[in-house]
Amino acid sequence: MSEINMESNKEIAPLEDPGLPEHVHRKTDVDPLAAKKAERQVSILFSLSAVGTILFVYSYVWIPDDTLIFLPIFGTTNAHQLLLGLGLAMALFFIGMGAVHWAKTLMPDHEVVDYRKEQRSNNEDREAFVATVKDGAGQAGLGRRPLIKRTLALALGLVGVSPILLLRDLGPLPENDLNETNWKAGTRLVTDPGDRPIRPSDLEVGGVAQVQPEFPAGKVRHLDDIAQDSVLLIRIRPEEFNLDAERLSWTYEGIIAFSKICSHMGCAVALYEQTTKHLLCPCHQSTFDVTRAAKVIFGPAARPLPQLAITVDSEGYLVAKAPFNEAVGPSFWGRDSQ
Amino acid sequence: MSARERVAGGTANFIDERTGAAKWMKKTLTKVFPDHWSFMLGEIVMYSFVILLLSGTFLTFWFDPSMREVEYEGSYEPLNGIKMSAAYASALHISFDIRGGLLMRQIHHWAALIFMAAMVVHMMRVFFTGAFRKPRELNWIIGVALLTLGIVEGFLGYSLPDDLLSGTGIRIAEAIIQAIPVVGSYLSYFIFGGAFPGEMFIQRIYAVHILLVPGIMLALITAHLMLVWYQKHTQYPGPGRTEKNVVGYPLMPVYMAKAGGFFFIVFGVTAFLGAVAQINPIWIYGPYNPGQIGAGSQPDWYMGWLDGLVRAAPPIETHAFGVTISWNILIPGLIIPGIIFTLMAFYPFIEQWMTGDKREHHVLDRPRNNPNRTAIGAMSLTFTMVALINGGNDLLATHFDMSINQIMWFSRIGLIALPPLAFVITKRICLSLQRADREKVLHGRETGRLVMLPHGEFIEVHEPLSPEKAYALTAHEQLPPLEISGADSNGVANPQGIKGKLRARMSKASQEQIQKPTAKEMLELEDGHH
Repeated sequence: MSEINMESNKEIAPLEDPGLPEHVHRKTDVDPLAAKKAERQVSILFSLSAVGTILFVYSYVWIPDDTLIFLPIFGTTNAHQLLLGLGLAMALFFIGMGAVHWAKTLMPDHEVVDYRKEQRSNNEDREAFVATVKDGAGQAGLGRRPLIKRTLALALGLVGVSPILLLRDLGPLPENDLNETNWKAGTRLVTDPGDRPIRPSDLEVGGVAQVQPEFPAGKVRHLDDIAQDSVLLIRIRPEEFNLDAERLSWTYEGIIAFSKICSHMGCAVALYEQTTKHLLCPCHQSTFDVTRAAKVIFGPAARPLPQLAITVDSEGYLVAKAPFNEAVGPSFWGRDSQ
Repeated sequence: MSARERVAGGTANFIDERTGAAKWMKKTLTKVFPDHWSFMLGEIVMYSFVILLLSGTFLTFWFDPSMREVEYEGSYEPLNGIKMSAAYASALHISFDIRGGLLMRQIHHWAALIFMAAMVVHMMRVFFTGAFRKPRELNWIIGVALLTLGIVEGFLGYSLPDDLLSGTGIRIAEAIIQAIPVVGSYLSYFIFGGAFPGEMFIQRIYAVHILLVPGIMLALITAHLMLVWYQKHTQYPGPGRTEKNVVGYPLMPVYMAKAGGFFFIVFGVTAFLGAVAQINPIWIYGPYNPGQIGAGSQPDWYMGWLDGLVRAAPPIETHAFGVTISWNILIPGLIIPGIIFTLMAFYPFIEQWMTGDKREHHVLDRPRNNPNRTAIGAMSLTFTMVALINGGNDLLATHFDMSINQIMWFSRIGLIALPPLAFVITKRICLSLQRADREKVLHGRETGRLVMLPHGEFIEVHEPLSPEKAYALTAHEQLPPLEISGADSNGVANPQGIKGKLRARMSKASQEQIQKPTAKEMLELEDGHH
């Protein structure tokens, strides 16, 4: 049913195969002058390659690598790198052009016919192959010695465990890491960069600042910390907030703090548009409304940016009122997002 | 005998007496390769792979794959005194303090882009001409594996310099890993050696980028070429070209000179691009810092369509029983690409199932003569193109002053609506082209010359096609659809049920053709019934 009838095609091909078209001689085949000309052309191409290598060597040795030149289209560019590259490009390109021109004009251009055979082996060979395999398996006696077969299967099944286990020390288990940041109740907000504590008055209405949690003296801030702790402070007029009472109490005099790590895929949400009060992630264009606790108003992010509750300490510096109440950054299986 | 001939003969004798290679070499050197420009696409892939190996080896001599923090001191003034990873500092060192270093970095990056682009175009050629059909299905699957590995390899490569742009790419990859249900966060902690970004990642992907993946690719490319060699190359239809022969030029000397020369041309063009076209200027981005980002962050183009899918995803997550499933990441980041690459790998077998054609094919199809396949290809390309456009939606918005929200909505709808549209349009175009071929064979080529007949009628002179041309236009076969009926004559339902019906429909769709001129029609034409 599913096999095509090979004979049915005969009727459909209406024309007889006229066979290979007659060979047409090239000019270089019949005219010695043209052949001589082609030979010259090939040698000119090869010579151009040699010129390219000379340019390359000259640029490498004699053009200092901080030489800048002005070129009309490129603007100011590094002469050393440019001429080095052009020299190399010439040296390689013209070898190729020479070889191809040589092949096309002077080497024989008679098309040759070779014949195919079916990929499938003939039946005799196939039967002999099957017999050999059966014979070999019989000699090994696997079928007759089930104990060997079963223990071999067990051994082969288990041997793969070792290399997998060896990979265990690639890294620690995540434990509760992804749910925690360095923000604690009372942690001061410090500028990034600069590590200076800030007062509410340091941030004007309409202003934005990136902050990190203050570390005790001696503790070094790693990129892993920044990847979890980065917070964006934004100050707007307090009456512009559209928040419930609890979230409003997490702000301070119009200053609101969000995790800067996108809730979608962890990029830094760095674009703040003052007029609309929208935060935009440059990676996938998720857009968050600052006045509504970073609610997602566009794009693929499914959750708002986590908000950090802030207040001021006795010296008037901004501090975290409490740690983040949810995991920052992209989602993961064990994340409790209720 | 000249001295040169004596040396050559001596060498050949030495090798043959130890390996018996003469018989094999004799056959090999006269191996026939058909000639067509589209057969060079695969060559470009192979040559750019060689360029990647050469330029990449050069770069390893100075690159330091370490995330150890160092303070930059070098020729690039604006970054002096800035803290960064040793990897980034050494990439800057290669760019500014090694003569030819920047050139080699740019050649390496350009070669990677050409490698991927040539691979995609080569694959399109193989797909649209049906070169993947039996016996070449295995080589198609190897090709799909190489494409997948190429995407991974390219991503790892541009992630190595540890600049702000590439670090952002790694962050996104980490989020995809982390989103995998159940094991995601564990996988991420194993891969990164702890919390992101950690201090292990660059040295780990360095080993994968310069050894593991290229090693596998080299093995696959070798197998790919051996199969091409062993199965002999396909050829386009034409007079004298049949399923039983292969017509072309012998390896020695014509093909060796052409192919060898072409390697130098590809290398030369890549070097030219490396010289004049700046690519991935990492010193502008600065070192990676997870708290910072550059506007207009873009992956390389072969990742761009995946990023575009991620951008277009609707914001859906499932929260239940204390766990989170991020459909907005899983669907565009893993599920859709998984489906696409699986379907792609199995396409030769899917087509065999649809058409019931399990014979060997060595003569290529003209794309128009297989409208269904061509339409499927156009549909897939349309999907990928819309995704790619959406991957650059921020750049489109800023360059053309458009609304990013509108581009996003265009893409979301377009990803679903445009591929089927492309399918229908392509199929109609193919059938129209078949109709045009039919006209040409039966009535000749329109010459554009108008002649006034004695009685005043104007006609356009048609010139009959040469026998070669007419043969080329009619040599393809047109298979009848499979006969699978829903019910037999007694009204008993086909035991194959829905599967059978589906197959019958697929077969009918894939065999939709304009009847090419029949022998009878041709005879009538010769008898003068114009």
